[in-house]
Amino acid sequence: MENLNRRTLVVALIYISIGIAFVIKLFILQVYDPSYKFSAESNTRREIINYPARGLVYDRNGTLVVSNQANYDLMVVPKELKPMDTVSFCRALNISKDELKDLFNEMRVKIRNRKISTIKPSIFYKQLSAEQYGYLQEKLYKFDGFFVQRRTLRKYEYPNAGHILGYIGEVSPSTIKKDDYYINGDYHGINGIESTYEKFLRGKKGYEYVLVDVHGREKGAFRDGRFDIPAEAGKDIKLTIDIDLQKYGEELMANKIGSVVAIEPESGEILSMISAPSYDPSLFVGKKRAGNFVELSTDSLKPLFNRPIMALYPPGSTFKPLNALIGLQEGVITPQSKFECYMGYSVGSFHLGCHHHTSPLDLRQSIAGSCNAYYCHVFRDIIDNPKNETVQDGFELWKNYLVRFGFGYKLGVDFANEKRGFVPNHKTYDKIYNKSWSSLTVVSLAIGQGELLTTPLQIANMVATISNKGKYFTPHIIKEIENDTIPSKFTQIHETGVDTVNFRPVIEGMELAVWGTGGNTAGIARIPGIRICGKTGTAENPHGEDHSVFVAFAPKDNPKIAIAVYVENGGFGSTYAAPIASLMVEKYLKKEIDPSRKWIEKRMLEGDLIHATK
Amino acid sequence: MPQNNSYIKSIDWLTVFTYVLLVAFGWFNIYAANYNPENPVFFDTSREYAKQLMWIALSLVIIWVIFMTDSKFYVAFSYFLYGLSVFLLFTVIFLGKEINGAKSWFELGPVRFQPVELAKVATALTLSRLMSRYDFSFKKRSNVLRVGLVWILPIICILLQNDTGSALVFFILVLPLYREGLSGSILVFAFIGAVVSVLTLVYPNVLILWLIIIGIYVFLSLKINIKLVGYTALVGFIGFGLSYLVFRIIGKEPRWDLFTLLAAVFISVFLAVKGISKRLKPVLPALLFMWGGIAFTISTDYFVEEILSEYQRNRINVLLGFKDDPLGAGYNVNQSKIAIGSGGILGKGYLDGTQTKFDFVPEQSTDFIFCTVGEEWGFIGTSVVVLLFMFLMIRLIILAEKQHSVFSRIYGYCVASIFFFHFSINIGMTIGLAPVIGIPLPFFSYGGSSLWGFTTLLFIFLKLDTNRGELIR
Ligand SMILES: [Zn+2]
Repeated sequence: MENLNRRTLVVALIYISIGIAFVIKLFILQVYDPSYKFSAESNTRREIINYPARGLVYDRNGTLVVSNQANYDLMVVPKELKPMDTVSFCRALNISKDELKDLFNEMRVKIRNRKISTIKPSIFYKQLSAEQYGYLQEKLYKFDGFFVQRRTLRKYEYPNAGHILGYIGEVSPSTIKKDDYYINGDYHGINGIESTYEKFLRGKKGYEYVLVDVHGREKGAFRDGRFDIPAEAGKDIKLTIDIDLQKYGEELMANKIGSVVAIEPESGEILSMISAPSYDPSLFVGKKRAGNFVELSTDSLKPLFNRPIMALYPPGSTFKPLNALIGLQEGVITPQSKFECYMGYSVGSFHLGCHHHTSPLDLRQSIAGSCNAYYCHVFRDIIDNPKNETVQDGFELWKNYLVRFGFGYKLGVDFANEKRGFVPNHKTYDKIYNKSWSSLTVVSLAIGQGELLTTPLQIANMVATISNKGKYFTPHIIKEIENDTIPSKFTQIHETGVDTVNFRPVIEGMELAVWGTGGNTAGIARIPGIRICGKTGTAENPHGEDHSVFVAFAPKDNPKIAIAVYVENGGFGSTYAAPIASLMVEKYLKKEIDPSRKWIEKRMLEGDLIHATK
Repeated sequence: MPQNNSYIKSIDWLTVFTYVLLVAFGWFNIYAANYNPENPVFFDTSREYAKQLMWIALSLVIIWVIFMTDSKFYVAFSYFLYGLSVFLLFTVIFLGKEINGAKSWFELGPVRFQPVELAKVATALTLSRLMSRYDFSFKKRSNVLRVGLVWILPIICILLQNDTGSALVFFILVLPLYREGLSGSILVFAFIGAVVSVLTLVYPNVLILWLIIIGIYVFLSLKINIKLVGYTALVGFIGFGLSYLVFRIIGKEPRWDLFTLLAAVFISVFLAVKGISKRLKPVLPALLFMWGGIAFTISTDYFVEEILSEYQRNRINVLLGFKDDPLGAGYNVNQSKIAIGSGGILGKGYLDGTQTKFDFVPEQSTDFIFCTVGEEWGFIGTSVVVLLFMFLMIRLIILAEKQHSVFSRIYGYCVASIFFFHFSINIGMTIGLAPVIGIPLPFFSYGGSSLWGFTTLLFIFLKLDTNRGELIR
C-alpha cells in the first residue's frame, strides 16, 4: 500500500462520500421520515374496469333472444377498509346488522382461503337494487374500501332454450388461473353457447386509471389517461334455432321427460333442441340464482341434464333403416329381397320375437312394418358375408359404417358436454365371449338393441343424413358471428360411404311407415299436404314403461327438417313421439297446425307423464 | 498455460463473489418487479426474469471467453475496438431503432444491442493504452489533445443519438485522468461547472450570482487580511443598496439580479484598486473566476431561455427531472421515493411490494429497479446494496494500485469510475438526489446489453489482474 498516493485517496473519498450520502438519505427516507409510508397508503391508482356490453343473441330469423341489463355490484378492497359507521352502512344497503356481519365473515373466510386478494377489489354484495344503488352512491365516500362496479347481466326475452343458451356466472379460481383475462368477481359464460362462444360474446374489458386519495375519492386521471384502454363490446351472434319452434316444442314436451332434436338436413343447422323438463333461463339471473340453481340441480327429474346430447338410449327400431342401408351397400340384399317372419326370427333354440304381420316382406315393407326377423337376416348376412374372413372382420366392417354415420364418437356439436355414446367393436365381444362368438350371438344389434347406446342428437343426425342421401354437416347451433366466421368444422361435409341410389328404397320405406296401411304404421304423423317420412321406435327401458321414439323428415324430396323425438316412459313410438314430431314438422313448415290435427296438438299439450304416474 | 492451479488462485475471487451476489440479488428483484400477485405464476417463460436468466447465462460465456483470451490482446486490439465502436456509434444514428426517443439500438431479429456498451469498454482500453506510454505526461500538449479526442468522439456520437444519459457516463473518465496527473483544479472546475449549469436551470439567477460572489468572498477571506475582507463586504452592500434605492426612487419593480450584478461591480472595482496598490496576488484570479462564473450563468440562462425552442427546453427540464408536474416527470421521482420510503427498516417482504407492481413506478424493472429493493427489502436491503457497490469500487481501485502495468491500473480506474457514475446517478435518481437520467444500475437493471457491458468491463480487468506482476504491453 506504499503507493497509495494522495490522488488515490481523493478518488476513494469521492466514492465513499457518495455512498455515505446515499445511506443517510435512505435512512431518512425509509426509517426517519414517516411521511413516505403514509403517502404509499394514500397514493393509490385505482383501476376502474369498464365492462363491455355482452354480445346479443339472435335466433335464425333475427329475433332477439338474449339481451343485456345493467347491474351494479358493491366491491370491496379489504386492505383499504377503515372503521366505519355500520349503522348507516346497513341502512344504505337495507340489510340487518347480522347480515352485514355474515358478509364480513364470508369475506374473511375467502381471504383466509386465498380465494380473494386483500389489495384488489372483489365482490362484497352482489347485484344492488336500483334503490340500494341510488342510496349508496351518495354515501359511498364515507365507507373507505368500497366502491360500486357496473356490469351487464343477461336478459332473456323468452322463457325457453335454457339448455342451449346456458347462463353467465362468476368465474372460479381455476378459470382465472387458466385465462388471465379474468379477475376475481368477473362473470363468464357457463354452459351452453354462453360458454362455447364466450370469447366472442365477452368483448374486451376497458380500463380507466384514476388517482384516489386516502378516502377513495378520485383525484383525476392517472397520467392524463395515457394508460386507459376503451372497452370493446362483445360480438353479436345468430343461432340456428327457430325460437318459435323451440318454444312450441317445449310446450309440447311439458310434463314429459325426453328430448327433441330438429336439424336442417342441407346445412346441419339445429332448428331446435329441447330437453324436457326444461327451465326458464331467467332463473339464473339475479340474486336468486344460487337458490334456483340448488333447487334445479337437486330436482329428481334432473332438469339441468341436457338430454339431447347427454342422455344415452339404445336406438331401437329407428336403427333399422341404417342396417338396411349397410345391407344394400354391401350387396347382401336388394330392395326386392324378401325374408320370412314366423312371429320372429328362429335359429335352433334361439328365438327373437316379432309382432304379427303378413309374411314375407320386402325391404320397404320391412321398414314400414318394422319387422325384427328381416333385420336379423340382413345383419347376419352383412357380418357373415363370405368376403369377410372372420366374424371379427365382418363386425368391424359393420361398425365402421356406424362410425361414419356419426355414432360412437362425439359429433362435435358446439356444446362442451356432449356424450359420445357407445358402439361396441369386436374386442368387446372377444372379451365377453372369450373369442368364440358368431353373428347370432350379437344379433340383437340388428334391431338397435344390445350394447349400442346413442344420443338423441346422433339419431337426429342419422335421420338428417338419410334424408340427405348420405351426406351430413356436423350439427351446430351457431349460424353467424358478427365480423367473424363460424368454426370451419361446421362447414365441412361428411360422407358416409353409402351410395346415393341405396337411399331411395329406404326413404320409400320410411314414407310407407307413415302413409302405408299396415297395422304398425304411424299414421298419426300424417300431415295434410306434406310428404313426411318417419320411423317409429321403442327404446327398451328395464326400469319401467319403454321410451317412445320417433324419427322423421319432411318433405320427402328436398327435405327441410329432420327430427328425432324421445319421450321417456311414453310407450310405443306412435303414442307420444310420433304426434309430437309431426306437430313440430308441421309447425316449422306450415307455421300453424291444420284444424284436422288440433285434437292431437291438444292431447299432446295436455299429456302428463310425470304427475300421472306419481 | 493459464489453466493451472496458480492461475485459478490468481483470480480475485472476492470481486467475483461480489459480482455474483449483485447479479443474483438483481435477478430476484427483477422477478419481484414482474410478479403479479393477482395471477401468481411461478415461472412464466415470456416474462423479463426468464429472459434475464438467459442473459446471465450468456454472461458466463462472455466471462469464459475473456479469461481464455491473452491479456496482451486487450492492449493490442484496443485501438481497433475503439475504431469499431465509434463506427458503430456513428452508424446507429442512421440505422438504429428508436426506443424512448433515442436512436441507440441495433436490432438484428430478436437480438438488440446497444453499441454504447462496447464503446465504454473500448474507450477505457484506449485511454489506458494512450496514457500508459512511458513518455506520457499531461504537460505535453499533443498528449492532452490525443486524450481529449479519444474522449470526445464517442460523446459527440452518443449525443447525436439523443442518448444524453449514456453520453454523460464518459465524463466520469475525468477521475482516472486525475489519478494519472491531470490537474486537480480541472476536477474542481468541472464539478463547479456541472453544478452551476444544472442550478441555473432551476433557480433564479440572483441566487447563483450570490453563490458565486460568496464563494469568491470566502476564498479571498482565507488569503487576504481581515480588515480588507470587511471593507469588501461593505462595498458590496453599498452597491446593492444604492441600486435598490435608485429603483425605489424611480418607482420601478426591483430587479434583484441587476442589484446583485451592481454589487459585484462595486466589489470588483474596490478589490482591483486595492489589489493593484497593495500587490495582492490572489485578487486577479478571484476576480477572473467571479466574472467567468457570472458570464457562464447568464449565458447558460440566455441559451436556454432564448435560443432553445419551447420543445427543447421542455425536454431538458424533463430530462433533468425539474419540471414540477406531479403526473409528469416529477411524478417518477415522487413515486419512486414513495415506493422506497414505504419499505421501512425491514421492507414489506419479498414479492409483497405494492408500489413497485402495477406500474406505479415507471420502468420498474430497468431504471427504477432499486425501488423494488427499497420497498421489499427495506433500509437493510438498500444499505446492503450500497455497501456492496462501495466495496466493489474500492476493491477495484485497491487492485488497480497493485498493478505493475500502468495500462491495467488506468483501466481499473476507468471500470471503477464507470460503475461509480451509474451507481450514483441511478440510485441518486430514485431517491431524489440526482436528476432523472435513464441509465441502468449495473448488474441489477433488466437488459442483456447493459449486463454484458458491465460484465465485460469488470472481467477484462480481472483478467488483467491475473497478470498483475507482469508488464503488459
Ligand atoms: Zn316380423
